[in-house]
Amino acid sequence: MLSVLVTLWGTFLHLFQRNVTVAYPEEMPYLAPRYRGRIVLTRDPDGEERCVSCYLCAVACPVDCISLQKAEIEGRWYPEFFRINFSRCIFCGFCEEACPTYAIQLTPDFEMSEYDRRNLVYEKEDLLISGTGKYPDYNFYRVSGAAIPGKDKGEAERERKPIDTRSLLP
Amino acid sequence: MSAEGAIVAGSLNIVLGLAVLMAAAALLTWIERRLLGVWQDRPGPNRAGPFGVLQVVADGIKLLFKQDWIPPFADPVVFVLAPAIAMVTVMLAVAVVPATPAIGIIADLNIGLLFFLAMSGLGVYSVVLAGWASNNKFSLLGGMRAAAQMVSYEVFMGLSVVGVVMLAGSFNLLEIVRGQQHMWYVVPQFLGFVVFFIGGIAETHRLPFDLPEGENELGAGFHTEYSGMKFGMFFLGEYIGIIVVSAMTTVLFLGGWYGPVLPPVLWFGIKTGFLVAFFILLRAALPRPRYDQFMSFGWKLMLPLTLLNILATGAVMLAATSI
Amino acid sequence: MNLTFDLSAIIAVVATVMMLTRASAVHALLYLTVSLLAVSLVFFVLGAPFAAALEVIIYAGAIMVLFVFVIMMLNIGEAAAAQERIWLQPSTWIGPSTLALLLAIELGAVAVNGGIARPAGVVVSARQVGLGLVGPYMLAVEIASFLLLAGLVASFHLGRSIMRAE
Ligand code: SF4
Ligand code: SF4
Repeated sequence: MLSVLVTLWGTFLHLFQRNVTVAYPEEMPYLAPRYRGRIVLTRDPDGEERCVSCYLCAVACPVDCISLQKAEIEGRWYPEFFRINFSRCIFCGFCEEACPTYAIQLTPDFEMSEYDRRNLVYEKEDLLISGTGKYPDYNFYRVSGAAIPGKDKGEAERERKPIDTRSLLP
Repeated sequence: MSAEGAIVAGSLNIVLGLAVLMAAAALLTWIERRLLGVWQDRPGPNRAGPFGVLQVVADGIKLLFKQDWIPPFADPVVFVLAPAIAMVTVMLAVAVVPATPAIGIIADLNIGLLFFLAMSGLGVYSVVLAGWASNNKFSLLGGMRAAAQMVSYEVFMGLSVVGVVMLAGSFNLLEIVRGQQHMWYVVPQFLGFVVFFIGGIAETHRLPFDLPEGENELGAGFHTEYSGMKFGMFFLGEYIGIIVVSAMTTVLFLGGWYGPVLPPVLWFGIKTGFLVAFFILLRAALPRPRYDQFMSFGWKLMLPLTLLNILATGAVMLAATSI
Repeated sequence: MNLTFDLSAIIAVVATVMMLTRASAVHALLYLTVSLLAVSLVFFVLGAPFAAALEVIIYAGAIMVLFVFVIMMLNIGEAAAAQERIWLQPSTWIGPSTLALLLAIELGAVAVNGGIARPAGVVVSARQVGLGLVGPYMLAVEIASFLLLAGLVASFHLGRSIMRAE
């Protein structure tokens, strides 16, 4: 009985508290940078695509809504097409966790309603942005050992020259 | 006053009373949602019109234009009858509620209180018949819950006012209010007040005692199959029920229209509004009890309490007269 | 007043007949409720508002609801209604109805001869009812309360043994 009265009083006191909601379209709520909204594909600081078509995001996705196809130009891997079906995406963020290159990122934007369901299938040109997203300095090819034009093996940051294993010299 | 004058005045009272009541009940749907919003730290409906008050109109239009569907498996006559009973019984109950000696009371019955209890007793039929006529398991369960709940709580409600009747020496509501000129009956009859109010919540099957509806386990219970204006009648009946129970509590325990400075009708309105807000606060704050807990709460706690109340009142009155 | 009286009396009789002839149990109960309400109105017109209110509260509001409750629990379906319809053959109801008709004729004859008192206009207040109950009718009230107490104890006992069995 007492707990009922305490609850009633506690609820009554909310009369004097500020609203936690805002009148949304006029007033935008604050969303943290780590909010899980619309997905983007980012570029590295040099302006190249970050995605290396490793398929890890597609594997991690619990609803299988990412589909992509690998292509390769002179040692650089990139997706030939990259498609996210947002009508199935549950914005879990697993793809972002899985991505080794910080290419795929979730952004604090949720206003993506459509009248036609098919318009929710985003292609690569819809996803790809020209910025670096949440990680402005990271450049995968500069830290990885892969050889690309202008950077041979062993030239990446904090990477030693490759050792010639056939040589017996110390 | 001549006979014609009395008839005209009476009809005016009825029409005015009904108009005020319907408007108040419709407005109450909006007030409730705004108040719930306030207590849950959100604004509530605030789009349509100033402060969202036109939401009432929008809802009304929506209800009117919805498909008025009678399920093919239902019992059509009883199905249509049930919401009508819900409306008619509460509106008849309003007839005896005195806002002031002149305003609001349409029938000055010398058994006004009993009439109110009778109407709330007949109100059970609406829910029970709706549950039965829908021919749907969940509706039936809701109807059966309603029957048991409302019949039991009617008992406590009836017994809880016996103390008031003993003090006032009359079933006439005007007499009862006049008896409270110096002291509201809520003071000597606090137990009765509490039990009556709880019984009133159970009678209107409002949250937290909305077990006949029980959205999460029965899927809206007795009115699962109702749509359009038939549902609207249940809805409106519920809100009128809230107003009536609050008004009756005011009349029986809170001194009716008596109060300093302000005009009587305003005092009545303030007290009733306060109780209505309390109804809504209950909804905002309390979860629904389990059904068996609810029934044993009634029979094992409320019934002894009311009987004790009657006993004590009688003893005190006897002692007072013999001194 | 007389018009109200006659009207509600007619409604009571018609509703009772309808109640007897319904196949569906719930419909029959509804007619019975209407009949009870009409009877309560008759009481009211006859100057017994207290009895009228009690009739509505107790009979229509509580007992009839319990009947409806039980019928809903039993969930009598179309088969029972068909059975009812078979029972409503003329061979079944012709006997009782002739007897009832005789009674009705008798009643009519008495009414025509002016043997029935019309509504008196004397109002029996709740106070008088109460004084009557604890005064001249004390014994009847006591007997009724004994009966009810016995019923209460018995139902409590039955309910308890079921609970223990679970
Ligand atoms: S957020 Fe989750 S559901 Fe959406 S694409 Fe990424 S992994 Fe798939
Ligand atoms: S977005 Fe990231 S995880 Fe997905 S394929 Fe490209 S690099 Fe791999």
